[in-house]
Amino acid sequence: MTDAPPATAPLVALKDIHKTFGAVSALRGVSIDVMPGETFALLGDNAAGKSTLMKVLTGVYQPDRGSIELDGKRTEFPTPSASRDQGVEMVYQDFALADNLDVRTNIFLGREPQKNILGPLLRIIDRKKMESETKRVLERLDIPINPRLKVKRLSGGQRQAVAIGRALAFDARLIIMDEPTANLSVAKVDKLIEVTQRLKDLGIAVIIITHRLDEAFAVADRFAVMRQGQVVGRFRVGEVSEAQVAHLISHGTLDDYVDTGSGIPEERRKIGSTSSMETVDALAVRGTTNGSDL
Amino acid sequence: MSITMDNLKTKLGPAELKEGLTATKVKRFIGDYGIIILFVVILVFLAAAAPNFLTLNNIVNVVRQSSIIGLIALGMTFIMITAGIDLSVGSVVGLAGMTFALLAPASGGAFWLPLIAGLGVGLLVGFLSAAMVVWGAILPFLATLATMAIARTAALVITDGQVVSGLSGPAEWLGSGFIGPVPVPVIIFLVAAIICEFVLSRTKFGSHVYAVGGNEESAKKVGISTSRVLFTVYLIGGVTAALGGLVLTARLDGAAPVAGTGYELQVIAAVVIGGTSLFGGVGTIRGTVIGVLLLGVVMNGMNLMGVSSYFQQGVQGVILVLAVLLNRWKSD
Repeated sequence: MTDAPPATAPLVALKDIHKTFGAVSALRGVSIDVMPGETFALLGDNAAGKSTLMKVLTGVYQPDRGSIELDGKRTEFPTPSASRDQGVEMVYQDFALADNLDVRTNIFLGREPQKNILGPLLRIIDRKKMESETKRVLERLDIPINPRLKVKRLSGGQRQAVAIGRALAFDARLIIMDEPTANLSVAKVDKLIEVTQRLKDLGIAVIIITHRLDEAFAVADRFAVMRQGQVVGRFRVGEVSEAQVAHLISHGTLDDYVDTGSGIPEERRKIGSTSSMETVDALAVRGTTNGSDL
Repeated sequence: MSITMDNLKTKLGPAELKEGLTATKVKRFIGDYGIIILFVVILVFLAAAAPNFLTLNNIVNVVRQSSIIGLIALGMTFIMITAGIDLSVGSVVGLAGMTFALLAPASGGAFWLPLIAGLGVGLLVGFLSAAMVVWGAILPFLATLATMAIARTAALVITDGQVVSGLSGPAEWLGSGFIGPVPVPVIIFLVAAIICEFVLSRTKFGSHVYAVGGNEESAKKVGISTSRVLFTVYLIGGVTAALGGLVLTARLDGAAPVAGTGYELQVIAAVVIGGTSLFGGVGTIRGTVIGVLLLGVVMNGMNLMGVSSYFQQGVQGVILVLAVLLNRWKSD
């Protein structure tokens, strides 16, 4: 992969990430990579390690071992702001909004544009800029909301748009969405498809953390399945059935999967170990006794 | 009958919605401007009913009397917007005032030393409260109940409960002086109010104060140092309470260790009347100034009309309840 043309090089690659908390191994050699503009889903049960992995990518946790590459260059995210500065933005499950503040203030919360009055010592918030930028990013998402509306007046979908708009306002190249439909009233998978498509059109890569198969299958180009701190499978959507993935999530292997008819052809269920990145696109499932690295 | 925008939109048809919206609009108006309307009504009533109410002398007097509670209320507004509270302000008034009174004669003409020492005491108590709230994760009510007791004890211990009187000339000026026709305490209050209004409504820090009060977890997630915000508001609260204590001491030309007892409740009442929510996230300095002046005017009016002081606290209580009810109808 080293001599691959830049256009197909991963935007971000996490390599062999290990993280332990006391006696608990939360991540045991996890590697994933996401292409520019790609929508990538990270599937797995609670405690599979999805959130820990994303906290490594957003600078909340430091890995014990392993590396992060951005545009093929090794980098470090010692703090959440370091990660954000390099274009990695997180959209939290609860959207991390303050209900008492308006849309524009929420979009720029913590990173307010300022302007000088009476010299550089006295600086005030540049609300005009906040308002025009807010309009701009929400238009890009095709979800116009009055920038002066208090967030408490918004619907779940609009709140999500504000949270995503926050990422766009700071030129995100990769947006991580944690359980994006968990806080939406009805199952709004359709709306999520629209939004992720929109982000794809804008050339922004998306990682969706989810335990919902329908969500992952509907929006993702590729996905990885995690279980007990390891990646147990990587697929392109269409290569496997939801039933197989469900089996993989709960068992960590497809060795004992019984095809009930709707699955994929036998020869494609290539079971075994490999450490080659070339198999990313193929159906590759780690055997139960093999090394942690896929 | 409680109507909110949300259940209106979901439960009513178009015709009912329109009617409901008009009702909502009326409520919003009352919620947003009710206190100002009430203030104006009280002013008009007192102008007609109370002798000497509308004299320049009396108006200056009202604002001067309100300026001490007003100063303390400015800091309290910051704290309450973060969903906190500071019960120690009355004790800070006592302790800072005492520090000021003890140092003022000793320092001869040097006016700044006792001033800075007094404000420093306020900062110290604010720091203690903040340390308990932020590092100790103790509820603000309990943390400041503790600093309230500690600061009061300190004020009593350093003078063995004695009153200290007789300040030097410039110190006294802080309480009784004039700049032009305007009393010095009024100028201090107005300048402090303008600075606080500016900081809260225009600066990044001000915006973060609202964010911490609205949703502390969200504020943390977007990278705001919530501990720094909380520390700062309790320090502001300590300084403004100390400033109130200095002005009170200067005005009385002396300090009693029990000075300021019970001020916390008056201050909290004024801030709430001004539209700040005890749950945090909502409030303005403008509102607080109105709340302070409204209470000051009512007290003054009752005095002028010869209303028994037994009634006065009860009237304050009625206004407080009225204000809380009005705040429910506020827009947003």
